[in-house]
Amino acid sequence: MWQRETFKKIKQIPREEHVLPGTALCAGCGGLEALRLAAKVLGDHVVYVNAAGCFTMLAAYPYTSFKGSWLYTTMGSAPAGAQGVRDALDVLIAKGRLPKSEDVKVVVLGGDGSTYDMALSSTSGALHRKLDFYYICYDNEAYGNTGMQLSPATPYAARTATSPCSVQHPAATTQEKKDIFEIWRAHRPPYIATVAPRYPLDLEEKFVRAAAFTGPKMFLALSACPTGWVYDPGETPEVAKLAVETGLWPLKEAINGVVTHTYIPKRKPVEAYLKLQGRFRHLFEPTVQTDAIRHIQERVDAYWQPVTKEQA
Amino acid sequence: MDSQMMTGNLAAAWGARLADVDYIPAFPITPQTEIVEALAKWCERGDLAARFVSMDSEHSMMTAAGAAEVAGARVFTATSSQGLLHAFEVLYSISGWRAPLVLVNVSRALAAPITLESDHNDVLAARDAGFLQIHAETCQEVLDSILMAYRIAEDERVMLPVIVNLDGFTLSFTREPVSLPDPDMVRRFLPPFRPSHLGFTASSPQALGVAVIGGTSYAYFRHQVHLAARNALEVHREAAESFHALFGRRYDLVEGYRLEDADDVLVMTNAGASKGKAAVDAARAQGQRVGLLRLRVVRPWPAEAIRQALRGRRGVAVLDQNLAPGQGGILYQEVAACLYHEVLRPQALCSFIGGLGGQNISAGEFQAIFEQTAEAGVAGTGLGPVLLYSAEEHREMTQLQMLAGGNA
Repeated sequence: MWQRETFKKIKQIPREEHVLPGTALCAGCGGLEALRLAAKVLGDHVVYVNAAGCFTMLAAYPYTSFKGSWLYTTMGSAPAGAQGVRDALDVLIAKGRLPKSEDVKVVVLGGDGSTYDMALSSTSGALHRKLDFYYICYDNEAYGNTGMQLSPATPYAARTATSPCSVQHPAATTQEKKDIFEIWRAHRPPYIATVAPRYPLDLEEKFVRAAAFTGPKMFLALSACPTGWVYDPGETPEVAKLAVETGLWPLKEAINGVVTHTYIPKRKPVEAYLKLQGRFRHLFEPTVQTDAIRHIQERVDAYWQPVTKEQA
Repeated sequence: MDSQMMTGNLAAAWGARLADVDYIPAFPITPQTEIVEALAKWCERGDLAARFVSMDSEHSMMTAAGAAEVAGARVFTATSSQGLLHAFEVLYSISGWRAPLVLVNVSRALAAPITLESDHNDVLAARDAGFLQIHAETCQEVLDSILMAYRIAEDERVMLPVIVNLDGFTLSFTREPVSLPDPDMVRRFLPPFRPSHLGFTASSPQALGVAVIGGTSYAYFRHQVHLAARNALEVHREAAESFHALFGRRYDLVEGYRLEDADDVLVMTNAGASKGKAAVDAARAQGQRVGLLRLRVVRPWPAEAIRQALRGRRGVAVLDQNLAPGQGGILYQEVAACLYHEVLRPQALCSFIGGLGGQNISAGEFQAIFEQTAEAGVAGTGLGPVLLYSAEEHREMTQLQMLAGGNA
């Protein structure tokens, strides 16, 4: 059974903030909450290497949300930017031009559009080269910064601006969400984890555990998105919680490829999660699309069946 | 100093080695590959104290190159053709980051149709990317230009990346005698890279490449890139004088060949200019007063040097080894623009397109260019764009079309 060792109580989470308030991001951004929590472990001695996406607005001249460094690269090559920065720091330290005390952690920040699509080659390259870096994907399951278009992270039956529900496609998105966790895991990096901000102790613990490894440390953060998923910003904690409690967003880690689920939900029916969000409203109104909802439930059940068997 | 026979590619690798670079992200592409192969070997053997990393694409390669440069390392990389275009958006980022790295481009024509041989549509596509561009004619010039490129790029008045261009095949795979500069003298010419304002460190963080909102700040930063590129004209002059004093070789923004009393002038770039010079010699032997102007630095655009060289000529022909479809020659347009306000501008400015994808330019074609340019000068009427394509080439193409099954 997976157990937290560093973070047992909520009071143990440091109060100091490393992502400063007053950003240009949407109210209720679940991704920002995940980053805020992650930064409590990562600290300020960090260079964030950013890919085009919502978080690009975290550093908008003349402001930045960080006391650490920032480099915006492109949508398709933030991991390669991380490679350049990490290598340069290593070379400068090895040549005595930079004291070791000046070293910083290199952290890629990319959304699901970048991570699942355009930067996949660049990520694969960094994983293959065993680059010593962190990768945080804030996954809001669509191209969010451009106004919620279909991405390969969009789940079946979610409505997006480019996968509307129609007579031909009453359930809207017909594809299943791409399994980026398994794509990453096929590269056997030392550490991969999924996190959700509504489970802060789980999240903090994973960043602490990751720090023990040299090499790629990959994080997939659920980023409940009031703007794109269409719910009230105040409901982000509830939506993020239900994503986990229905089993749709498994909390897990993979150390050198070996997967452990860090939280086993009792699994509420998926309707509880779907009903909260406007992007799934067409599944319930004007008529209930029973088949589509059952399909989602069956996929979740199929995912958890071997996991719960293992636990038992 | 002793000379060694080496290819343009090996000379480029020697340029990086003598510049004592720290970091080389690489990706193979013909005809550039020999450069990164040589550097990989030297890094492995410890001949060069740089980290060599095989990247997953040119797009990633250029991103890593720029990121390492702004982290404070001296960076070298190389590509060609499709690779340069695959990395295209990153070029603009690197100049915007003010990352003074050096990129060698080994010119190769662009698909489609896919080919390996040279023309300049690849490097000239990057003319607005904020990179400075030096186009080399000889293997020696490739090496020397890389050393000059680092000195100019890293100058605080410039702080911009540089492309050093050499022609695929004609220079990349051709051996010429190259004198290797003494490393101690290179260090006098090119001091170690110790930028005061670059780097991501714990004690002095910086945010780079950040978003701007609205045109005011965007325009400000891109204007800065332009003004810095213009500063490079003076910085190049200083570097050229210093290089000449130390190594005895002189490289200016443009090179004039037999221009003194020339009535008509042919304008070319890169290794093809060697053929042009031979054609000038042949025409001179027949009594024609012709010369050649080779554009060496293409960014910043050396407008004043071009005006000085072409002022008062009868006819001027720009031979572009590139094609802007629906327009003509890229360099022709730029030469024409900078002559507009010249009172003693040439009587005629002619445009010829030749040497696409490694296409040969024959002695007869050069002779025809000189004759037509002289006639145009006398008539006071420009010419072109003329697409060079000889009767022999047409016959060859007709045969190929018949083989391909078409009705030629």
